[in-house]
Amino acid sequence: MSDFPAVNSASVVAEAAFAEHMASWPRMPAWLAEAKREARKRFAELTMPTRKQEAWRFATVSNLSCDGFTLARGEASLAASVEPVVTCGGCLDFADDFHAGGKPLDPELAEKGVIFLPLDAALRAYPEFVRKYLFGHMPNLGSEKFEALHMAMFRSGVFLYVPKNVEVTLPLAALHEAVRPNAGLFPHTLVVADENSSVTLVEVFRSRDANLAHFACAASDLVALPGARISRRLIQSWSDSSLAFHLGSSTADRDSSIDSISLHLGGGHVRAEEHGRIVGRGGNVQMHSLAVATGSREIDQRTLQTHLACDGKSDLLYKNVLTDKARTIFAGLIRVDELAQRTDAYQTNRNLLLSPDAEASSLPGLEILANDVKCSHGMTTGQLDADQMFYLLSRGIPRKEAEKLMVFGFFEEVLSRMGNEELSAYAGGLLEKRMGAAG
Amino acid sequence: MSLEIKNLSVSIGEKPILKDFCLTVPKGQVHAIMGPNGTGKSTLAKALAGHPDYTVNAGEALLDGQNLIGMEADAIARAGLFMAFQYPMEVPGVSIANFIRAALVARLKEGENFSATGYYKDLYAKMDELKMPREFTSRAINVGFSGGEKKRCEILQMAMLKPSYAILDETDSGLDIDALRIVAEGVEHMRGPEIGMVVITHYQRLLNYIKPDVVHVMYGGRIVKSGGPELALDLEERGYGWVEKEFEKVV
Ligand SMILES: Nc1ncnc2c1ncn2[C@@H]1O[C@H](COP(=O)(O)OP(=O)(O)OP(=O)(O)O)[C@@H](O)[C@H]1O
Ligand SMILES: [Mg+2]
Repeated sequence: MSDFPAVNSASVVAEAAFAEHMASWPRMPAWLAEAKREARKRFAELTMPTRKQEAWRFATVSNLSCDGFTLARGEASLAASVEPVVTCGGCLDFADDFHAGGKPLDPELAEKGVIFLPLDAALRAYPEFVRKYLFGHMPNLGSEKFEALHMAMFRSGVFLYVPKNVEVTLPLAALHEAVRPNAGLFPHTLVVADENSSVTLVEVFRSRDANLAHFACAASDLVALPGARISRRLIQSWSDSSLAFHLGSSTADRDSSIDSISLHLGGGHVRAEEHGRIVGRGGNVQMHSLAVATGSREIDQRTLQTHLACDGKSDLLYKNVLTDKARTIFAGLIRVDELAQRTDAYQTNRNLLLSPDAEASSLPGLEILANDVKCSHGMTTGQLDADQMFYLLSRGIPRKEAEKLMVFGFFEEVLSRMGNEELSAYAGGLLEKRMGAAG
Repeated sequence: MSLEIKNLSVSIGEKPILKDFCLTVPKGQVHAIMGPNGTGKSTLAKALAGHPDYTVNAGEALLDGQNLIGMEADAIARAGLFMAFQYPMEVPGVSIANFIRAALVARLKEGENFSATGYYKDLYAKMDELKMPREFTSRAINVGFSGGEKKRCEILQMAMLKPSYAILDETDSGLDIDALRIVAEGVEHMRGPEIGMVVITHYQRLLNYIKPDVVHVMYGGRIVKSGGPELALDLEERGYGWVEKEFEKVV
């Protein structure tokens, strides 16, 4: 059991929870209060998703009412002093959406103008600047109702701004922990990399106590201005009884690149949306994901690669491994605007089924209006290759061990792109634990 | 001490391939098997290694007295049999170093520890012998390897795993002249009283480097003729046509 008692209050989706949230934020800028009230209204108006909607095909929708989850009210007492998962230039630790500690930003970076603050603090310190970018992009891939909820209810998160020409070499990190029983969290991540800057942000999302249920409705908005480079690593490890939304957006301007890798290792029901937009000539968006679906976990992935400018590149690789009675749904679309000539866009979904009761659905798609493009999509769903298995066995490696080697071989394609050995090792350890727990 | 194959009959699906196959390889000897395409040489190798697609209908394969038939492939390997594949599989994402390490760890006896430093020292020494660059250790098993590199990698595995019996299935095919010499030297280096080897080949030229104690000719799923190294020279000169007649005699 958690050391922290549950806070009794209304369900996270109730009007009362919204009122409580608004009341708990003193001196909220008027424009933000207005935006939140509008979002709350939108949430109330939008209908619950149904399976009949294309954006929710094959998905479980019966548990989306969020009953039983209450507003997270993090406070200083929830702080856990943990080391960041990677050697970093700064780390923000959140407990139930409350900035509870971490490691201050390297003063050298601060001097260069890098801003790395909890979002609520950034809103206090630079209200007009944050306003310019806040909620600039949402993925809009079916979870609009929950995007509205997120906007209405978000309390903090990560604000990261990197000024022109500044290259941040060490990664910056954030830890979002759910602590209290049934806590509902709304972490927001906003990254703006100004012209020709570069930065890596590593974010870990997890339940502190794996036996508790949590609700997370997280959204991220990565904005790369011309020539900028953003790398984002998301490691999601919510408890098995949690419901989580991860709604991601990447927007790449001229000659910029965004490289995102998401590892989904936990959660009971996870809805992951990722929308990459190429809005400037030569923009490049890489969208990679690795999901481990064990037990009865459902991972529902919806992606869109939108090319609005020419000479852009987008590359998507989503790999899922399924055990037990787990389910994954991948629905991805590449959309190339008429103007986006010479686009290179790829989309690959690979599912590895380790159990006859697991089920992977894959719905790839292309929508191409330009005539001079290179686009392809591919998907495979299969079991471990019998001949490869025999090869490993024939060297005396026991079947269980051979299976593990091959499954990690399947992960390797994504893990090897992490670009940080510490992080790969950390992720590898988590993967091993999650796979070890599988039936 | 020997690898003794007694009256082995093997089929793939409904199709019988090996028929009443008999062969004894005493430890310390090298036997060569030659024979036309499709005659069942690889079938022999894979059936002994425990490949699930091959059904053994009758017979035994005794490794120093232990019957391998019916054992799982990994147990057969740990019992001491090694098979170098004619067509080694590519296994994406699994590095050579991790692969060989896992195979060695599986052989540790109760209470034994794995020494990573000793392992790499040994691995690098063997790679040097086979003229394999160090970076191969971090490459995925056989992925993107040239034909010759794959074969060298098979020999590297054999050298690291130190089996008591080895079957090399056309390890010389696809090797250039220098590679052939390097691989043959690697095999020769391992030769000794502790290992019995079966070398499957189409080319007499390999046998210039690896002098076999006995040469067998296989045809129609059986050994139809056995002799000394001169038999290989004979075959090279006369082809397999005359073997057919020998076959009729045997049947
Ligand atoms: N999976 C399979 N299904 C059906 N027939 C098979 C299969 N594998 C092998 N065979 C057949 O079994 C026979 C023996 O094949 P095998 O590979 O053992 O021959 P080999 O002597 O090694 O030939 P080569 O010299 O060409 O390597 C061949 O006729 C082959 O076509
Ligand atoms: Mg063969």
